[in-house]
Amino acid sequence: MKHIINCLVENQPGVLARIVGLISGRGYNIETLNVGPTADPTVSKMTIVVPGDSHIIEQVTHQLSKQVDVIEVVNMTNRRHLDRELILVRVATVNHHTRAEIVDLAALFMARVVAVQEDSVTIQMVGNQETVADFLRLMKPYAIVDISRTGVIAVGRDAPESAAKKG
Amino acid sequence: MNDKADTDTSSPATQPLKTGAQCVIDGLVKAGCEVLFGYPGGAVLDIFNCLYEAPFNFVLTRHEQGAVHMADGYARATGKAGCCLVTSGPGATNTVTGLATAYMDGIPLVCITGQVALNMIGNDAFQEADVIGITRPVTKHNFLVRNADELPDIIAKAFYIATTGKPGPVVIDIPKNVQKAKTAALPPETVTMRAYHPDVPINATEIARFAELINRASRPLLYVGGGAISGGAADVLAQVAHKANIPVTTTLMALGIFPETDPLSLHMLGMHGSVAANYAVDHCDLLISAGARFDDRVTGKISSFASKAAIVHIDIDRSSIGKSVRADLGVHGYVKPVLEAVLPFVKPAEHAEWLEQVNRWKERFPFTYPQSEDTLMPQYVIEQIDAVSAGKAVVVTDVGQNQMWAAQFFRYTRPRNFITSGGLGTMGFGLPAAIGAQFGRHGEPVVCVTGDGGVQMNFQELVVAVEHRIPIVVVILNNGFLGMVRQWQELFYGRRYSGVMLSQHGRAPNEEIPEAPGYLPDFVKMAEAHGACARRIFKEEEVGPALREALASGKTWVIECIVAPEANVFPMIPPGSHVAEMINRTV
Repeated sequence: MKHIINCLVENQPGVLARIVGLISGRGYNIETLNVGPTADPTVSKMTIVVPGDSHIIEQVTHQLSKQVDVIEVVNMTNRRHLDRELILVRVATVNHHTRAEIVDLAALFMARVVAVQEDSVTIQMVGNQETVADFLRLMKPYAIVDISRTGVIAVGRDAPESAAKKG
Repeated sequence: MNDKADTDTSSPATQPLKTGAQCVIDGLVKAGCEVLFGYPGGAVLDIFNCLYEAPFNFVLTRHEQGAVHMADGYARATGKAGCCLVTSGPGATNTVTGLATAYMDGIPLVCITGQVALNMIGNDAFQEADVIGITRPVTKHNFLVRNADELPDIIAKAFYIATTGKPGPVVIDIPKNVQKAKTAALPPETVTMRAYHPDVPINATEIARFAELINRASRPLLYVGGGAISGGAADVLAQVAHKANIPVTTTLMALGIFPETDPLSLHMLGMHGSVAANYAVDHCDLLISAGARFDDRVTGKISSFASKAAIVHIDIDRSSIGKSVRADLGVHGYVKPVLEAVLPFVKPAEHAEWLEQVNRWKERFPFTYPQSEDTLMPQYVIEQIDAVSAGKAVVVTDVGQNQMWAAQFFRYTRPRNFITSGGLGTMGFGLPAAIGAQFGRHGEPVVCVTGDGGVQMNFQELVVAVEHRIPIVVVILNNGFLGMVRQWQELFYGRRYSGVMLSQHGRAPNEEIPEAPGYLPDFVKMAEAHGACARRIFKEEEVGPALREALASGKTWVIECIVAPEANVFPMIPPGSHVAEMINRTV
């Protein structure tokens, strides 16, 4: 099972390398990783998607928590949350029929066509993990020329994240 | 400058400016540094320039690895942070093994490395290495200092991080221009860090559950690790053990935390632990792990480790709880306050039947070894170190058979009197660590138990002991082999001795080197060349007198003991096995 881990860290050089090194050094995989500043410019938020059973995820969160630059670690999967990923996907259009089909499909997913070329369309799609996976499955029969993904970001729906303070 | 500016220390604005290098020295002094081990080079010249008038000892080692191991030995012997200072590039990379050694065993170190100037970083400058990147996985934390203004704060934080929580090594990488830059910054009065909170409040519910488990158990066992030593938990541990008559076994790292002369002591557990300790783990119904981390050398086959027991795991490192073995109750905290909290709730108990059983194992299967008429047995040498020093020696070991015999045949009664590289198993650790330990324990006998393999890995540091009149006694158990590897080859690889032969003796005739000395190397000559006293001994009756002479001399000594070449460490539970598969050929 995939887990979404939100990690508040000191916004300092070297912190990202330490976090990534920690996870890979212990033999765990990172599926996606997103980093950005928070409302407090001295704090960055990392959203890390790690596949693994609960034992592995528990280890990852404890290992992250004990890092000196890590302020807070929250496993979002265990609580009510919203998660989103933005993808940009360029799909080949053999003729105007396929272009119309692709544009229709995109509309069903509230995705936007952001660029149109003679032989392709580029679609911007935003959704949670499931929706993105569904959309990409439906795009598969068409020729996907290129794809870029931001990785998952997530935010809690209920109490502030400090409910799961480190330590 | 007027008088007021000279005396007013309240405002940074009126402070005389200091260089970054001076801030380093001031930071070390403020942290209580008594001795700094290190090696100079281009990128730390400014710090060395300030060191010229520093109020603490500087010890010039002969290799940067030696410097880290000495700082480590000092830290293990005293409980204070060890300090070392090396240059950039190769100086820093040479510390990596020493940092990893300290990291695995949770030893507080602060290692200052020089770095090329900030504007040169990333340019492949002379003696440049990405020290922050290289040391990241082997340090508790590391800092690259970008500005002299942050330096006083970073040094204070480094010591705070190194010595609190689960202790560990911290690297401070200081670019040359930062050492030269001037700053008015002052060291902080107290360290506060937003993201690092080593103190954990005691959880009353956990303590209540813990007490209930103890009071309900009929066959309890305390399994104590290095965390109990770094947490200074010896006294309260003894109180808990005696109040409820709980037998105590310790890991290699915790030897001495509980007197091995106490009737409740079962000595060390694990691969080369006592039969009684390992049987007790297998039969207990409650295993209380205090500051231990269920290392594979302790557990053997994980699935059958302590299979009849409820497991309580006390650890300050939350990530350690449940990492390798499921814990029925995890208690997150320092060993000492946790045991102090549970002590009033522990009901006095006899556990007569259990203790009787445990004592039967102890009597039936003591540590023992085959007697030999003509060759000196290495285990005898260890027993003599215990006897001659009246159990008072601080024993510092290398890694391998020498380490295991030193653990098995000396009865440790005080914490911090057995110093060894446990987790990483670093050969070459013993000699420099013994020198560092002696710096921290003036006036106490320090004996380094090492092998003919490990001692050659950092032999050059012997001259440091001589230079500083450090009266360590280095006992080389010379069996002509890389003994522990040879033992595994004997037991598990059909006696095919591949790449383990060290001496001239026992070689096939076509592999002899007649033009070289009979002992290769000749450790006595080597020691004498380094300015130490030395003797080679072969017989039991020589051991006691040699040790007595060396310990009384106040000088640096090397005693080379030519011991049985194929003596083995028993008992032995083969790796990944259950206690039932223990090999114990001791007669």
